[in-house]
Amino acid sequence: MDRELFRQIKPARIFLALTVALGVLGAAATIAQMTFLSEVVSRVFMGDENLGRVEGLIFLLLAAIVVRAALVWAREVVGQRGAIQIKTKLRERLFSHLMRLGPTYTKNERTGELVSTAVEGIERLDAYFGRYMPQVLLSLLVPLMIFVYLVQVDWISALLLVGSAPVIPILMIAVGKHSERHIQRQWLALSRLSAYFLDTLQGLTTLKAFGRSRAESETVAKVGERFRKRTMKVLRYAFASGLVLEFMVSIAIALVAVELGVRLLRGDISFQPAFLILLLAPEFYRPLRELGTHRHAGMEGKAASGQIFEILNTPAPVSGGDAYPREIQNQLTIRLDSVRFSYPDGSRPALSGVSLDLPVGTTTALVGRSGAGKSTLANLLLRFLEPSEGDILANGLPIMGLPVENWREHVALVPQRPHLFYGTVLENIRLARPGATPEEVQRAAELAGADGFIRRLPEGYDTQIGERGARLSGGEAQRVAIARAFLKDAPLLVLDEPTSSLDPKSERLVRQAIERLSKGRTTLIIAHRLNTVYSADRIAVLEDGHLREVGTHEELLERSTLYAGLVNAPERVTT
Amino acid sequence: MRVLLRLLGFLGAHPWRAALAVLLGVATVASNVGLLALSAFLIAAAALKPELAALSVPIYLVRFFGVSRGFARYAERVVSHDVTFRLLRNLRIWFYERLEPLAPSRLLEHHSGDLLDRAVEDVDELQNVYLRIFSPILVAAFTVSATFAVFWVFSPLLAFVALGFLVAAGVGVPLLVDALARRTGRQQVELRAELSAQLVDSVQGVQDLLAFGAEKERRDRISEINRKLARAQRRMALIEGLQGSLNDLLSNLAMLVLLVLAIPLVSGGEIRGVYLAFLALVILGSFEAITPLGSAFQFLGRSLSAAGRLFEIADEEPQVRDPQNPAPVPERPGLEFRRVTFSYSNSGSKALDDVSFEIKAGSRVAVVGPSGSGKSTLARLALRFWDPDGGEVLLGGRDVREYAQEDLREKIGLVAQDTHIFNGTLRRNLLLARPEATQRELERAVEAARLGGLVESLPEGLDSWVGEQGLRISGGERQRLAVARALLKNAPILLLDEPTANLDTVTEQELLGSIREMVQDRTTLLITHRLVGMEGMDEILVLDKGRIVERGTHAELLRSSGLYRQMYDTQREMLAAA
Ligand SMILES: Nc1ncnc2c1ncn2[C@@H]1O[C@H](COP(=O)(O)OP(=O)(O)OP(=O)(O)O)[C@@H](O)[C@H]1O
Ligand SMILES: Nc1ncnc2c1ncn2[C@@H]1O[C@H](COP(=O)(O)OP(=O)(O)OP(=O)(O)O)[C@@H](O)[C@H]1O
Ligand SMILES: [Mg+2]
Repeated sequence: MDRELFRQIKPARIFLALTVALGVLGAAATIAQMTFLSEVVSRVFMGDENLGRVEGLIFLLLAAIVVRAALVWAREVVGQRGAIQIKTKLRERLFSHLMRLGPTYTKNERTGELVSTAVEGIERLDAYFGRYMPQVLLSLLVPLMIFVYLVQVDWISALLLVGSAPVIPILMIAVGKHSERHIQRQWLALSRLSAYFLDTLQGLTTLKAFGRSRAESETVAKVGERFRKRTMKVLRYAFASGLVLEFMVSIAIALVAVELGVRLLRGDISFQPAFLILLLAPEFYRPLRELGTHRHAGMEGKAASGQIFEILNTPAPVSGGDAYPREIQNQLTIRLDSVRFSYPDGSRPALSGVSLDLPVGTTTALVGRSGAGKSTLANLLLRFLEPSEGDILANGLPIMGLPVENWREHVALVPQRPHLFYGTVLENIRLARPGATPEEVQRAAELAGADGFIRRLPEGYDTQIGERGARLSGGEAQRVAIARAFLKDAPLLVLDEPTSSLDPKSERLVRQAIERLSKGRTTLIIAHRLNTVYSADRIAVLEDGHLREVGTHEELLERSTLYAGLVNAPERVTT
Repeated sequence: MRVLLRLLGFLGAHPWRAALAVLLGVATVASNVGLLALSAFLIAAAALKPELAALSVPIYLVRFFGVSRGFARYAERVVSHDVTFRLLRNLRIWFYERLEPLAPSRLLEHHSGDLLDRAVEDVDELQNVYLRIFSPILVAAFTVSATFAVFWVFSPLLAFVALGFLVAAGVGVPLLVDALARRTGRQQVELRAELSAQLVDSVQGVQDLLAFGAEKERRDRISEINRKLARAQRRMALIEGLQGSLNDLLSNLAMLVLLVLAIPLVSGGEIRGVYLAFLALVILGSFEAITPLGSAFQFLGRSLSAAGRLFEIADEEPQVRDPQNPAPVPERPGLEFRRVTFSYSNSGSKALDDVSFEIKAGSRVAVVGPSGSGKSTLARLALRFWDPDGGEVLLGGRDVREYAQEDLREKIGLVAQDTHIFNGTLRRNLLLARPEATQRELERAVEAARLGGLVESLPEGLDSWVGEQGLRISGGERQRLAVARALLKNAPILLLDEPTANLDTVTEQELLGSIREMVQDRTTLLITHRLVGMEGMDEILVLDKGRIVERGTHAELLRSSGLYRQMYDTQREMLAAA
C-alpha cells in the first residue's frame, strides 16, 4: 500500500477502525443468521417438524437479520465519514499549497488539470479510504472467522474453502499489477481531457475568430475517444480480474456443493451442516469478491493520488523565512544587488548582474525592449520568484528573510496582465483591502480614472463584470486593476505597463495620480511610452537581462543610444 | 422524466449493443440464481440418498451455472460499459457542438470552470443513467417475472408474497431513496461545479490573489464550499447506508417470510421438503438483480441535475445564426457599417449609436477614441459575434447576416485586444490561423511579426511550449504571436485591435512596418489609441460614447481642433515639455 496515502489516514483512524469492527460484527451476524436458517430448514425438511416447533429459531433468525441490516448501515456511514474527513482535509491542503506555489508554478501547468486533480482526483480517494482500505483487513478477518467456525462444523469442507482462498488474491494481484499502469494512464487521460476542455472553452472566441471552432469538434471527438479507449482498456482489466474471481468462487462453490452432495449420499454428513456450509461458502468468498471490486476503485484513487502528492511535494519557489519577525517600516528603500535569475529551461538568464536602487520617495521607470526581463524583475520584487544569485534588500535587510505574506503586504502591484475575478466591480477593487469602505473604493476608482465609467455601468459598482472582466472594455479592465493597487496603499508600488491599453487622456489622468501617490512611497513603473517614463525621477534601461543605464531622461538621451532608440519615438519623428 | 427520456434518446445510436447488454444482464442473474438454488436442491436431494444417477442432471447444471455466471457477467460488463462510454463520448461532442454557436455572446454569464465541469464531470455523471438505470431495470423486471413463475409452480400464495417483496425492493426502495437523495444529489452537483469554478478563477488569478494578500480569504471561501460538499456527502452516505441496509433487510425478510409460509405447506405435504432450501435460495439470489436499482436511484437526482445542466446550455438560443442559403463571400470585399446601433444585453447604455462608415475594398480606416467608446465592439460586430440591434453591417455590399459565419470569418484576419494563447507550442498557436501552412510560411510570419529573435533563442524553436495562456513568454511576445497569427492567415480584411499595445517603440515601429506592408491592398480597420502613423490612413474615425464624433484624414482632423486634436496634443505634451 502506498505509504504517503497511508499517512493521510491519521485524522480518520478511528473511523476506519470502527468500519472494520462493524464489518466483523456484520460477519458474525451473518454466521448466526445462516446457522439459524440451516437449522430451520433442516428440522422441517429432515425432522418433519411443523411451524410451532421452530418458532423460537425463526425469531432468532429474524433478530440476526435485523442486526445485520443495522450493521450494514452503520458500516457504510462510518466508512464514508472517515473518507470524507480525509478528502476535505486533503483538498484544503492542496489548495493552500497551490497558492503557496504561486504563479510561477501555475503558468507551467495546465489549469484544467490542476482543477481536475483538486476536484475529481480527491473524490476518487473516496473509494480508497472508505472502501478499499477497510476491505483489505476485512478480507483477511472475515474468511478467517468463517473458517474457524466451519472447522467445528465440518473440517473437510472448511479446508476445501481455505485451500482455494489464497488463489484468489494471488490471481487478483497478478492481473492488478498489469492494470495499474493502465489506470494511471486513464487518470492522465481524464485530467488531460479537463485541461483540453478548459483551454478550448476559454479560447472559443479566438477559435471562432479564426474560423476553427467548428473544426475543433473533431479534436473534441479525438480527445473524447482517447479517453474512452483508455477507460475501456482499464475496465477490461478490471472485469477480467472480476471474471477470474467469479470463476474461482463459482468453481469453489460448485466443488463444495458436489462434494457435499456426494458425502450426503454416502451418509458421511447430515443435511444441516451441509446446508450451512453451502450457505456460508458464498459469505466466505464475499469479502474477497468485494476486495476485487473495491480494489479497482482504490487503484483509481491511488492513480489520482500520484498527481495530488506531486503537487503537494513541489517545494514552494520562495522560502518562507522568519529571520526578522519585527515589522519592516512603512518607508522602503529597495536595493537590488547583482541579481541574477534564469528560468529553469531558459537558454540564457532572464536577468544577470542587475544592481539597482529604488530610494524611498522616488519613481523609477524601467524601460527596455520587449522580452528584456522587465516583468521578471517585477516578479522578483513580489517574490513570485527568487533570485538565483544576488540579493534584494529592503532597508538593508534581504527580503528573503521575511515571511512572504508579510512582505507582500508592503507591495502593491498592477500586473502586466491583471486578472479580474468573477464578481462585481466592487469586489474586484476591494480585493486589495477587504475592509475598505465604499467611499475608499470610490476614491481609489476616481484616482484610477475609473469612477466615471463604473457609474455608467447598469448597476454601478455592483455590476457583475463576468469572467476575467469579459464585460468591460480593455481599458476599463485595466483601470479597475489600477484602482485595486491604489486602494492597497502600500509603501512599494510596482506597476507593469499600467496604461498600455489606455487612450492618451485616461493615460494622463492615471499618470498624474501615480505621481501624486508616489510621494513618500517607492515606485517602480515599467513602461514603453515616453510620456509615462519621462517624468520619472530616474530611468533604468534593461537590455537582454542586463541593466545598461540609469539616469534621468535628459542624461540618458545624451548618454545612451539604446534609450535614444527607445524614445526615438514616432511622436518625436512627427514633431 | 422528460430529461430521462431525452437521455435515453442518445441510446438510439447503438440500439444493438444496448439490447445485447440487457440480454447478458439477464443471463448473469439467471446463472447466479441457478447456481445458488440448484446447489441447495442438490444437497437436499442428496440428503434423501437417492441413486447417484438421479443427481447427475443437477450436478451437471450446477457446474454449468458455475462457469456461465462469471462469463456472462464479464461479457455483460464489457458490453454495457462499452455502450455507455461511447454514449458519453458522443455526448461530449454533442455538447461542444451546441456550445460552440453560443460563444461569446451567450457564454459571458458562465464561468468557464462551470462549463468545464459540465463538459467533463456532468457528462461523466450520466454513466449512472445508462449503466445503472436503463439496463438494470429491464434485467430486474425479467428476474421478478421469472422468480414469480418459479414460485407459482409451488404455490400462488408464495408467488405473490415473493412478488410483493421484490416490488417493495425494486420500486419502493428506489422511490424512497430518490425522494430522500434528490435534493442532496442536486446540491452535490452544484457544489462541485462551484468548486471547479472557484478553483479555475483562483488558479488563473493566483498572481493577483497573492499580490493583494487575498489568498487567505479565497482559501476560506473554498473551504466553505468544500465543507458544504462534505456535509452533502455525509448526508448521501446516510442514504447510501440506508439503501444498502434496506435491501439487505428486505431480501432476508422475504426469505424468512416465505420460509414461514412454506413450512406449513411442507408439513401439509403440498410442497416436498426437498424444495425448501431451493426456494429460500431462489429468493435470496433473485434479489441480486434488484439491489442495484436502489443505488441507481440514489444517484438519480444527481444524474438528472447533471443532465439538466447540460440541456440548459444546449437549449440556449444562439445570438447569431447562419442563414438558410448562405451567399458566397466575394474575394476582395469592402466593409461598411450602416446606421448601426448596438447595446450589450443587460447593459443600460448603447455601445454603438447610429454608426455609419465605409471601408472601400483595399483601403485603410483607423478608429480612435477614449477607452470604452465602442472601438472593439465594431470589430465584434464585423465578425458577427453579435448582431446589431439596428442598422446593418455590410461586407462586399451584403449584410453579413447573409453569409455563413465560417465563410465570413475566413475572410477576416483579426488581432484581438485579448487574444487567447493556447497552452501548447508556438507552432500549434500559429497553425490555428492556417492549419495547412508550410514551415516556410510559418517562418515568414514569425519574421514579419518580429518574433524571429525569440524563436531562435528558444531551445526548441517553434516547438517550444508557451505555457498556460502563453504566460511562459513575455507580454510583448504574446502580442506579437497574435499578430503573427493574423499575418499567417492572410485574409483580405484585417481587423487590428491595438496590435502594438504592449510593445516598446522600436519593436512597435518594426511591427508597424510589417503591418503596413501587409495591409498594402487589404481592407483594414485599425483600432488604436496610439496616434502613430495616422498619416497613412485613408480615413480616421473618432469614436466617443458609441458615436462617431469626428472623421477625416490626419491632417484634416488636426486642423479641426476637436477630440482628435486634443488626444494628439495630450500624447505629445510631454514631448513638448521635454
Ligand atoms: N515562465 C517562463 N519560463 C521561461 N521563460 C520565460 C518565462 N517567463 C518569461 N520568460 C522569458 O524571459 C524573458 C524575459 O521576460 P519578461 O516577461 O521579463 O520580459 P519583459 O521585459 O517584461 O517583456 P515585455 O515588455 O514584452 O513584457 C523573455 O524572453 C521570456 O520569453
Ligand atoms: N460583453 C459586454 N457586456 C456588456 N457591456 C460590454 C461588453 N463588452 C463591452 N461592454 C461595454 O461596451 C462599451 C464599449 O466597449 P468596447 O470594448 O467596444 O470599448 P473600446 O472602445 O474598445 O475600449 P478600450 O479602448 O478600452 O478597449 C464599454 O463601455 C464596455 O463597458
Ligand atoms: Mg477595446
